[in-house]
Amino acid sequence: MTVDTVGRFERALEGLEVGLERVAAADASERIERIVQEPAVGVALPFDGVTLPESITTEPTAAELEAARTGVTPVGFAIAEYGTVAVESTPDGAEPVALYPERHVAVVAESDVMSDLSAGFDRLADGFDAGRDSVVFATGRSATGDMGELVHGVHGPGDVTVIVLEGR
Amino acid sequence: MAQRTRSERADRIRQLLETEGGAVHAHASASNARRYETYDATDDLEALRIEARSIKEAAIDRLPDLIDTVREAVEANGGTVYVADDAADANAYVADVVESRTDAAGIAGDDDTPSVVKSKSMTTEEIDLNDALEANGIAVTETDLGEWVLQVADDTPSHIVGPAMHISREEIAELFNETFDPDEPLETAEELTRFARDHLWEHIREADVGITGANFVVADTGTITLVTNEGNARKCAVTPDTHVAIAGVEKLIPTLSDLEPFVDIIAKSATGQPISQYVTMLSPPTDSPTVDFDAPEEPITSGGASTDEAAAASGHAGERDFHLVLLDNGRMDMREDDQLRETLYCIRCGACSNSCTNFHTVGGHGFGGETYSGGIATGWEAGVHGRESAAEFNDLCTGCSRCVDACPVKIDIPWINTVVRDRVNRSGEPEAYDFLVDGLTPDLEGGGISHGKRFFGNIGTVAKAASATAPVSNWLTDVDPVRGLLERTLGIDRRRDLPSFERTSLVDWFRSRGGADASKRRADRARSRGAAIDREVVLYADVYTNYVDTDRGKAAVRTLESLGIPVNVPDLPESGRAALSQGMIATADRQASRLYAAVAEDIDAGRDVVVIEPSDLAAIHREYERLLPEESFERLRSNSYEICEYVYGLLENGADPAALSTGDGDEPVAYHSHCQQRTLDLEAPTVAVLERCGYAPDTSDAECCGMAGSFGYKREYYELSMEVGERLATQVEGAPTVVASGTSCGDQLETLLERDVPHPIELLAPDGSPT
Ligand code: SF4
Repeated sequence: MTVDTVGRFERALEGLEVGLERVAAADASERIERIVQEPAVGVALPFDGVTLPESITTEPTAAELEAARTGVTPVGFAIAEYGTVAVESTPDGAEPVALYPERHVAVVAESDVMSDLSAGFDRLADGFDAGRDSVVFATGRSATGDMGELVHGVHGPGDVTVIVLEGR
Repeated sequence: MAQRTRSERADRIRQLLETEGGAVHAHASASNARRYETYDATDDLEALRIEARSIKEAAIDRLPDLIDTVREAVEANGGTVYVADDAADANAYVADVVESRTDAAGIAGDDDTPSVVKSKSMTTEEIDLNDALEANGIAVTETDLGEWVLQVADDTPSHIVGPAMHISREEIAELFNETFDPDEPLETAEELTRFARDHLWEHIREADVGITGANFVVADTGTITLVTNEGNARKCAVTPDTHVAIAGVEKLIPTLSDLEPFVDIIAKSATGQPISQYVTMLSPPTDSPTVDFDAPEEPITSGGASTDEAAAASGHAGERDFHLVLLDNGRMDMREDDQLRETLYCIRCGACSNSCTNFHTVGGHGFGGETYSGGIATGWEAGVHGRESAAEFNDLCTGCSRCVDACPVKIDIPWINTVVRDRVNRSGEPEAYDFLVDGLTPDLEGGGISHGKRFFGNIGTVAKAASATAPVSNWLTDVDPVRGLLERTLGIDRRRDLPSFERTSLVDWFRSRGGADASKRRADRARSRGAAIDREVVLYADVYTNYVDTDRGKAAVRTLESLGIPVNVPDLPESGRAALSQGMIATADRQASRLYAAVAEDIDAGRDVVVIEPSDLAAIHREYERLLPEESFERLRSNSYEICEYVYGLLENGADPAALSTGDGDEPVAYHSHCQQRTLDLEAPTVAVLERCGYAPDTSDAECCGMAGSFGYKREYYELSMEVGERLATQVEGAPTVVASGTSCGDQLETLLERDVPHPIELLAPDGSPT
């Protein structure tokens, strides 16, 4: 079931030209380090046994945020059907870290990959009940067709990678 | 806005065809094509549309409640709600917020002008917020790329979703190169986008206040939903510490779960994407830290939602401030208006524009009022700016109804256009030349209706007279001075071929060959040779079939008889279609009642009503819901059929196609259904019948022929109509046989292809050859 869901997620992301990597919690730190382009900023990952690599600056200053090429954040959950990740507005800055740098690396636990929008909305409602009431469903890369052709990365990231933490 | 004269309008349309039509067509038709694909790929589309609509219905119904609910929710979050009566009220409030914010926290950025960045808001276009803020000494920067291009170009939006779709990449490049004089001239979409991003980022980081619209507002949590692809709406909402969201009151929906169907459908209907890149649900003030780019060494988390002393000392309290401005501006009155209320269900996806063939051709500037453009704009403009603004472009809706299937909340957009047309008619001034149309306008319609409208709205009376005097009337209408008179007084373009009237109407022909009794004998003879299907048909002789294109009527009679079905072709009243196209609802209403009364007994006797002209069938199947008591409507609707649909049913029930003219199995036929027929899902039965009868039909996908009843006859729309028709004609011109279901479509194609374009029934009728 879960395997199928992650497979579905992966196919949806493929269509959006977003990479998906399945990683065991123990290897996550190292894998993230390989993916990011520096300078990188991030928000601490709330998953047991998973830490951000040293090279990633957490609690960045405004200048560091602006200069960063990559932002690494956890996401509350994902929706396989559309290839969506749910980024929450948190006091530690997940939203700006996910939004300003050119690359976003989103880290999600396998068990938090929901099958479809409807399941996603159930999770959203749970979050609202628990007081997290500002969430962005981000699907693929920022895009615009306003300049005559499709261009990515206009205001938001033009490059997104999703890391699915397995075996948790 | 003063109404343009007919020739001014013709000039304007010609100019738009040349300048903006090309770019608009490229964008809008691509979105439309993607919408078809995505709609097709969505299993539960219909359920989704029904759900979305019912949520909107319920929300508008209890709107005053929802306003109270959202006020409580937003205040509980620490924000403010302001309900603005009108544009001036809303603008003054926003200017006030900006001023008090900059007074309290100082002006961010380098100069001493308060600055605002904006994203995603058609509503602020409606109230001309930018001008109002600028008049208050506040600098405003649009951050949606399309909106920003318009701001730089000092232009106005032409589409609800793609505001700058009328401007080509080359034009944008030229504009940017001239305005900003970059070191290297900008050329590609990539270069233009990068330039815009860098430029706009400077503005966003230094802005004092971020202003956004809202696609939806969830009342019980105070959640603003922004649906975007670029990501700037989020930047505008969370980068400055003050966020003002401006939304029409109609954007309120009760709860978070009500949001789901809209999130699911809005991108599908707007651009044909499964979902937008960013669906932002903000219940501001959010917990995201405010980032102070003027204090670059400060960790971003030091401010945030909590009050931080250091940040406070630097003039940035770190506290987020949020204002939700709910705009009335006529909406509460629309809510009370039984005809315009539906407009408030609109989620501004622009699908109606994208499916509109006239929109493709002239774009929103030809097709828009002061703010809104495209199909639903008539409703919006009539509601928020008044009838005059709506009247300006109401004519451009041909009533083809292709938008009806596109609209995610199932708004009957053509009906709203008809209603507004009716109201516009009633507010006009009577003109000269009364003699030409004297006796045409029924008492039910007030004065003020233009002669063209009265003429076309009473086309049945005209046709009857013309048929009685044919061939004299045909000869007359070909004479130059007469064409000149028709053009001057009724606006009928002299370049257009006029229908040529038959001396013997279909009804008379039918009578002269023995009427219903003879038809029964013929059907019985056919029946004795094949399967017995025990049905009887009343064939509806619409105005065109009866007086102009009697061939298709005769073909229908012969087809039915040869399949063993007795037919009657009585002299029935007009359906009201012509009157509806002119916005003469009272006339249509009376005609609907008459038609129902005239066939009620046949229906009660178990006879089926079969209609040839799709637009008349569409009146019966769609508009009659508004004109007849529910039971009568249902009765007539469920017992009336389109001719090929009916033949399809007969063949499915055992009738033998061998009685008809059949092809050899792969004889290619190009088929143009009819816009209203397609909306009623009646294209497929004709295709199926053609296939069963040994043809290989290929259907056109052009939305509409561009003629649509009287539309193409009108002088101011002649060129537009021909341009739309060309698109259809180029699709079908290669086929040896071209058939079309609608009279207007057939006429349009015959003119453009210079050959016969019969109704499919003429191809199928026994021994019937189309030529
Ligand atoms: S009327 Fe329907 S199709 Fe048109 S913009 Fe509104 S919601 Fe979209």
